[in-house]
Amino acid sequence: MEPIDQELDPSEIELPAEPMLLNVGPAHPAMHGTVRIVMELSGESIERCDVQVGYLHRGFEKMCERGNWSQVFPYVDRCNYVSPMLNNVAFALACEKLLGIEVPERCQWYRMALGELARMSDHLTCDGAMAMELGAFTPFLWMIKGREMIWDLMEEETGARLTHSFGRVGGMAQPPTPGFKEQAKAVTKHILGIIDEVERLLIGNRIFLDRLEGVGIVPADEAISLGWTGPCLRASGVPYDVRKSHPYMKYGEVEFDVPVGQTGDCFDRFMVRIAELKQCARIIDQCLERLADSGPVNVSDPRVILPPKSDVYSTIEGTIQHFKIVMEGLKLPAGEVYSYTEGGNGELGFYLVSDGSGTPYRVRIRPPCFFITGGLERVITGAMMADVVPSFGSLNMIGGECDR
Amino acid sequence: MSKALIDLIRQKFPADVLESHSQRGDDTVVVYAPRWKDIARFLRDDPRADMNMLTDLTAVDFPDRTPRFEVVVHLYSLSKGHRLRLKARVGDAAGTNAEIDTVSDLWASANWAERECWDMFGVRFKGHPDLRRILLYPEFEGHPLRRDYPADRIQPLVPYLDVPNTQKLPPFGPDEGMPFGRQTFQQGPSTDDDDVN
Repeated sequence: MEPIDQELDPSEIELPAEPMLLNVGPAHPAMHGTVRIVMELSGESIERCDVQVGYLHRGFEKMCERGNWSQVFPYVDRCNYVSPMLNNVAFALACEKLLGIEVPERCQWYRMALGELARMSDHLTCDGAMAMELGAFTPFLWMIKGREMIWDLMEEETGARLTHSFGRVGGMAQPPTPGFKEQAKAVTKHILGIIDEVERLLIGNRIFLDRLEGVGIVPADEAISLGWTGPCLRASGVPYDVRKSHPYMKYGEVEFDVPVGQTGDCFDRFMVRIAELKQCARIIDQCLERLADSGPVNVSDPRVILPPKSDVYSTIEGTIQHFKIVMEGLKLPAGEVYSYTEGGNGELGFYLVSDGSGTPYRVRIRPPCFFITGGLERVITGAMMADVVPSFGSLNMIGGECDR
Repeated sequence: MSKALIDLIRQKFPADVLESHSQRGDDTVVVYAPRWKDIARFLRDDPRADMNMLTDLTAVDFPDRTPRFEVVVHLYSLSKGHRLRLKARVGDAAGTNAEIDTVSDLWASANWAERECWDMFGVRFKGHPDLRRILLYPEFEGHPLRRDYPADRIQPLVPYLDVPNTQKLPPFGPDEGMPFGRQTFQQGPSTDDDDVN
């Protein structure tokens, strides 16, 4: 046997110090949607990394240039598939801005109520998935149960759980169902209960806090430069919310607070979403109070809105009107417009260029996720390998929206 | 409010503003492309403009016009709350040498947005640190959001990539991948231990 205390050159016992390349994704349980992160590890810390997106690219912006303006709705549904209603309304608002029309008040309250419900489902998914990835499976199940209730309500209203295509230029496809108010109230009340339980379970939990606090800190100036918007920017302490800063629809008339974080770490991003869920419930309550039980939902402009079916089958004006809109498409005036709303993850913008024909010339979707994911590299470079999961989860990257 | 912003740019760069309009309340300035970065820097640093956020960067293709592409940037000022659309026109009719200065050193958000713009339109950004395709793969031919790219064009198959310095081959290599058909496991030579069990 060799003696243990033999003389060794220290350089010989050094472990090999080459950086290790580690590839996570595109199909990995902790990568929501499909994203690939190639990391260069030194020990457990990340020296360099490259975030690669595009695995869910379906060419929506190209496809939008083929149909007419109302045929864009199904595509925007599939952008942020967790809160499609917000995308629907955002696109409808962009078209209405170019047309220079405003939908009736009842429709605006209805759109807001549905939009806030969609935002709730978005935040529930993000926070639930984030907790699940850190090992807390129970809150995930509770929150997904809450989301299911929202989706059931959406199904009741629109006929589809996920991809509703419910928005129309100049209104909505259907007026609210008679039971909408009652059900929405019941759902929000139940979800508030879920949030309370989740808070009690997670926020005092040492393991959960240790994984999130002080991890993935993004200072305010960096977040602004990266083009972050929505909960991620507000967690860094910048009180920018499109609903508050540039109120659209009736957001100027409802009371709600904009929660902000202090340090911009993962825990702040988690808490901002929890706080926003409660604000959503407040907004929904006010919307339901102001939502009239009767009255027009769509604008009465025959160039924009399809006539009721009874008119199409019985009057020549109705038939012609229907034919013109269906065959030639809605004609938006030539020009360009940028319309921005608060989506689930931040400023959801639509930059439309129209040449005056019935076909869109260019539909640019400004996805909040794309810019937020663009900042992921800065967040995780220098961090530990284990911090990637909470950091990435707290950004709430939605693959469909990021890659379009 | 931000009509003042257009006046500010006109006043500061009188020779470089080609057009401006405020259709539907969106203030728009079309600037001379080689000076576009100076104007962008001025808009970011001047306290009267204070555009600290680049919301969006994209391009629009007009094949009939002589500078073919319009590079469009949407700027926003968090402190002042005003927005501006800044445009510059680049590229010849063939679209081969469309080039413009990068603004990714002014706003970090332009980094990925410019990569996407290069990917989709083939507009090169001079001085960009890492101008790779972002949504599509490196072997993709053409730039799909150009108007002359047919939507039903079929891309060629990507050949098998041999990656050097890896112990493991990528899946579906010449001699790796899913074996099709039922697998029969070869019985190893039996040992005496079998008798014990």
